[in-house]
Amino acid sequence: MRVAYWPGCVSRGFAPELHGAMAAVAPLLDIELIELDRAACCGAGVIAEHNQELADTLNARTFALAQQTDGELMMNICSTCQGAQSECQERLDANTPYREQINANLSQEGLSYQKGITNKNFLWLLVEDIGLDAVRAKVKRPLTELRVGPFYGCYIVRPVERLGITDARPRDRYMHLVIDALGATVIDYAGVYKCCGFPVITMNKEASLTQAGRHLGDALDAEADCLVVPCPLCHLNLDMQQPATAKVVGRELGLPVLHLPQLVGLALGLSPKQLGMSKHIVRPTSVIDWSTSVVASA
Amino acid sequence: MPEYTLRIRRYDPQSGQAARWEEHTVELSARSSVLDAILKVRDDRDGSIGIRCSCQQAICGSCGVRMNGKPGLACNTHLEEAARRQGTGFKAPQDGRRNMVITVEPMGNMPVIRDLIVDMDAVHWRKIQRVTPWLINKQPVPEREYVVPHDNMVDVTQTMACIQCGACVSDCLAMEVDPLFIGPAALAKAYRFAGDPRDAEHAQRLNDLSQDRHGIYDCTHCFNCVDACPKGVEPMNQIMRLRRMAGSDHKIEDDNNGYRHEHAFVKNIRKHGLLHEADLLPDSYGGKFHPRAVPELISSLPTAATALARRKMTPATALGHPHKAPKEVKRIFEQVEGRPERVELNLYVSGYEDDPKHAAHTDIATALHPETEGQKS
Repeated sequence: MRVAYWPGCVSRGFAPELHGAMAAVAPLLDIELIELDRAACCGAGVIAEHNQELADTLNARTFALAQQTDGELMMNICSTCQGAQSECQERLDANTPYREQINANLSQEGLSYQKGITNKNFLWLLVEDIGLDAVRAKVKRPLTELRVGPFYGCYIVRPVERLGITDARPRDRYMHLVIDALGATVIDYAGVYKCCGFPVITMNKEASLTQAGRHLGDALDAEADCLVVPCPLCHLNLDMQQPATAKVVGRELGLPVLHLPQLVGLALGLSPKQLGMSKHIVRPTSVIDWSTSVVASA
Repeated sequence: MPEYTLRIRRYDPQSGQAARWEEHTVELSARSSVLDAILKVRDDRDGSIGIRCSCQQAICGSCGVRMNGKPGLACNTHLEEAARRQGTGFKAPQDGRRNMVITVEPMGNMPVIRDLIVDMDAVHWRKIQRVTPWLINKQPVPEREYVVPHDNMVDVTQTMACIQCGACVSDCLAMEVDPLFIGPAALAKAYRFAGDPRDAEHAQRLNDLSQDRHGIYDCTHCFNCVDACPKGVEPMNQIMRLRRMAGSDHKIEDDNNGYRHEHAFVKNIRKHGLLHEADLLPDSYGGKFHPRAVPELISSLPTAATALARRKMTPATALGHPHKAPKEVKRIFEQVEGRPERVELNLYVSGYEDDPKHAAHTDIATALHPETEGQKS
């Protein structure tokens, strides 16, 4: 499967292990990634709150670049990109005069966004386009005895209507389904659909880290071995900030947080090191005993 | 008729006893409301169940509760819809009753008075009062009626649709960790006046809401209030409008880093095309050498050292940035930001041209309007 691939900013910035893990996992799932290396930041909602036309133009440009690859399917590995881009796409698709105005901003570059591209997070693509049966068939090392807490965050589950979450496409259960397909155990805890706190880290650090700390604590109380996230910004607050978070909430944490492609990669037979897991602040390589948590079948 | 099981949370703080769950089965059609079911149980089995309700037509806003983990009005939620919901923390029964069980709880973020009744005065109404929820006339008051542009009126009509049910307050994730956050309902109410051209105190309102440590910049952008609202008010979108007015139109430099963060982010992308996190943090505090930034940078040093040691960061990514914005991206910034008036598409006003469910509230041609104070006033 060939997809126009938008890795976002953070996977090439402070979470480089995510970009690396996706690159390692893609060939195992027969995904050919056509990276959109000239596209710009989605704005993460911040540019839209500054100037909506600016955010919409930047994202229309990304969609237009994806359409130039002859692809109808664009894939991202960041929920925040998914949410911000879905919001822009909703406006672009809803109103022809507005779309034409945005396209006029792109015309000097010879680009134009046409309605019709589908933009999916890796999680959605995994379930809807590859399929859980195909994923199950590719598992070389079932993650038996690994207790995984799904952390969806906000941008990939809300608002429900814009993100196309329906009874037929229960995208708000997909991480549960993937964790199960990989042979691991799903841990339910209070924070599954809550906010990691990252968007207010510079405005209200205490509230931000209290949010992260509660979810980490709740998952630990539910005896999770690790969390898995579809968003590198959640990863920054839950992993990179975890030492600071532990001080704010006044308890020891030490809960590893995996990017979704890392969890998939482990089950498909890649090593923690190949998936960049030694780069995390809370090292999953030292906190989880992979020799017992992961049972080799091959 | 199908048989539903209601799991109702019972709690009387005056009793000194812990909360408990009570199960009742009711036979009602799938299209009956959750409120119908609660009232049937109350009338037939247990008259002591506390529930507040009045109009039963989604107008009075009295019967806000959480159903299977999601907030809403009990009177306009069908039993079949409530039973399918799987909100935060909701655990679906594993037996054959899946999709037939409805957990009914009081709303969150507000103290419980009894059973399903929460204290709206203690939280919701106090926050509404906080935002000066009335129009302050421009002086002198015109002799004839004040004519407001149609699309502008439609815009504030969205917030006027609020029925004060508290569903958005119930599930506000910012308020969960910061109870002092002004919150979605009150901030939507604030936009109702900040966005009204007849109001005389836009600047004072925006300044007040930006400078408050628990004001517009305390929202974590989680969209819970957007999904919770039974009236389509989309409170978070109104908070973002307040931020655009405060930061872009009035250029209010607040003490919470809201304005600085937004401008640092935009500058960062204009320069690099992709976000350079190492610059964003200090710039959001006023710059690397600003007294506000120094303690933040010092406190992040241990994490930065760990990240460098583990090759999560390299000296190049920590100090420089491998990306430079393509010239086309820089041109887009110049072109769009150089406009004398900001352009904003309000989907509540314009509707969706291919979707009759979201019909336009006005002529589409007028929906695409520059959103500036000059135009609005």
